[in-house]
Amino acid sequence: MMFAVAAIAVFVAMILTMVRLFAGPTVYDRVLATNAFGTLTVLLIGVLGFLTERPDFLDIALLYALINFVGTIAILKYFRYRAIGDVGREPVKPGAKG
Amino acid sequence: MSALETIREVVAWVLILSGGFFTIVGAFGIWRFRDFWARLHAASIADSAGMILLLAGMCVQAGFTLVTVKLIIIGVFLFITGPTSTHAVANAALVSGLRPTEAPGLTGAEPET
Repeated sequence: MMFAVAAIAVFVAMILTMVRLFAGPTVYDRVLATNAFGTLTVLLIGVLGFLTERPDFLDIALLYALINFVGTIAILKYFRYRAIGDVGREPVKPGAKG
Repeated sequence: MSALETIREVVAWVLILSGGFFTIVGAFGIWRFRDFWARLHAASIADSAGMILLLAGMCVQAGFTLVTVKLIIIGVFLFITGPTSTHAVANAALVSGLRPTEAPGLTGAEPET
């Protein structure tokens, strides 16, 4: 019962974040929404593990947290430098909207 | 049900309900606030307060087991990476020239070139 309430709350929050993810006017709104969505996904996986009484799901949640952080930084680096692996490139000039 | 059980149940309920409340409030702010800089604040609420309270509620419910250790590891990791990602997003937006709608000619935090 307790975890069902938590799962519903996190799910509603995910839907609201998803609305901003698709509606966001700038790319940074979308990155912010993606980041918040990833954190909520970690919470949802943990809560679902408790709900189904299989707390092994927490390993998946930990892995998802790692991937989410790296993904956010990679997206931001791409929009700054227009490349992910190339270090020697000049950053995009200020004012250039992603 | 012993008294200790009851106390644990009540504490877990309070933590999880307040965690769900903060999560929904943060997501509602991400949805409704009017520009990017306002949405950053709401995102921080969902990332920090909601996450910590929900994980603490799950810890109380799990007791002294390996599950609690994993939950604490997840919590510490998210506690470090959440503000870091938020700062990275804000810094990227500032450097790209995005400014609050109320102050289009904002100075003092000019983008680095």
